[in-house]
Amino acid sequence: MEILDLASIDRDFIKAVEEESGQDISLCYQCGNCTAGCPYAFAFDIPVHQIMRLIQVGQKEEVLRSHAIWLCATCETCTTRCPRNIDVARVMDTLRIMARREGMVSEAGIRRFHDDFLDSVKRHGRVYEVGLLLKYNLQSGRPFADAELGPKLLGKGKLHYFPENIKGVGAVKEIFERFAKKRGL
Amino acid sequence: MKGDRYAYFPGCSQKGTAVEYGISSRKVAEALGVELVEIEDWSCCGATPAHTVDRLLSGALAARNLATAEKMGLATLVTPCPACLVASKNALELAQDDESLKELNELLDLPFKAEIQAKSLLQIIFEEVGVDALAQKVKKPLKGMRLAPYYGCLLTRPPERAQFDDPENPISIDRILEALGAEVPDFPFKTECCGAAFGLPKRDMVLTLSGKILDMAQQIGADGIVLACSLCQQNLDLRQGQINSHLGTNFEIPIFYITQMIGLAFGFSSKEMGLDRHAVHPDKLLKKWEEKLKE
Ligand code: SF4
Ligand code: SF4
Repeated sequence: MEILDLASIDRDFIKAVEEESGQDISLCYQCGNCTAGCPYAFAFDIPVHQIMRLIQVGQKEEVLRSHAIWLCATCETCTTRCPRNIDVARVMDTLRIMARREGMVSEAGIRRFHDDFLDSVKRHGRVYEVGLLLKYNLQSGRPFADAELGPKLLGKGKLHYFPENIKGVGAVKEIFERFAKKRGL
Repeated sequence: MKGDRYAYFPGCSQKGTAVEYGISSRKVAEALGVELVEIEDWSCCGATPAHTVDRLLSGALAARNLATAEKMGLATLVTPCPACLVASKNALELAQDDESLKELNELLDLPFKAEIQAKSLLQIIFEEVGVDALAQKVKKPLKGMRLAPYYGCLLTRPPERAQFDDPENPISIDRILEALGAEVPDFPFKTECCGAAFGLPKRDMVLTLSGKILDMAQQIGADGIVLACSLCQQNLDLRQGQINSHLGTNFEIPIFYITQMIGLAFGFSSKEMGLDRHAVHPDKLLKKWEEKLKE
């Protein structure tokens, strides 16, 4: 068992997670139900009930630098099964947002996938799947990943070589710009 | 029903890898007298990526479509895609708070009142059309087809948000398939997650998780899997070859959208339902079925 230095308890972090997620983290009594049902537990560096515990004891760095918060797929199993009615998936979402803000993202690839996705939405108003795939693969230095899927999509009307912008693409861009301004980005 | 018109939100994948979901959804809705009015110039709902950035951004992206639907005078947004549904519901939930509603409106060009509701097409078919009305329209029952009903994670979870079916043992797809004449075994993995949107950044996770679902379907002797999510379909069908190389398996399990199966039973051709667009061809199963129908 690890022994916790009281001085390492970051109370502001606990409060910030509670406020942003709207959840009372102290309710968690470590039953482990969330972890038991989590389909991604096999890939997590810190299981989800331990993430909850680490928040309770204010271990900001450890939580925000974990890979687990990025490997969570928001499948909502934990939220559905928590006997304390904590929206655990919402907490995981909040932690991802905080990790971005604090520059502590441990899974650069997943973060970039999300960014590229949103960039596609900002440019075209909708996600342009092929463009997203090419851009993501090029940037990850593996341009031919998934290349064998091409023939499975070609000729089936599932691949479009060029993006199609919606009429309201300006309005969508505005949403992103107003949002950035509001958040001072 | 009752002559209701619904604001139809297809979602981006209906324009790409899930084009047959969109096509079959429209045809089946029409056959059922469910009027789907496409939301004018709809935009992406933000899906999973937006809510990892900020709840407000994600809410505003979804709210643009909800606000357009409200302007069109429609009371319910209907989408075939569970991820789009969640994004819409999250936006509506966020807007319950006056301060957040104000913030959402600051980002939008249209006034958003948050008076509309959001439902999946599956929910409309199951609850408002109903399995009895479906059964009455069946021309070619799915006799001899043993189909595993697969819901994935988001459709019924969490129950407070989904307000539909059961979060641990959903039955809507089971009942619909039964009404169409199919044999529907218990599928223990009906709500397991397929790997969601990790196909690009973490492909191995998708191959592992989707592989387990295919394996279970095979173990229960299913001829195919029937689902209601474009992302699940993509992971299980399009990536089935990758799964086989990754796990050393040789699955060849056709993966259908629920709307395609309704359409087949209503007498639409497999081509009209876009079955020729799948990576794993269902030809063998369709042949077996045609023979069964002649008996
Ligand atoms: S299920 Fe709820 S109470 Fe149990 S460990 Fe997880 S968060 Fe804590
Ligand atoms: S929402 Fe995330 S943490 Fe919760 S069960 Fe699903 S993958 Fe695990």
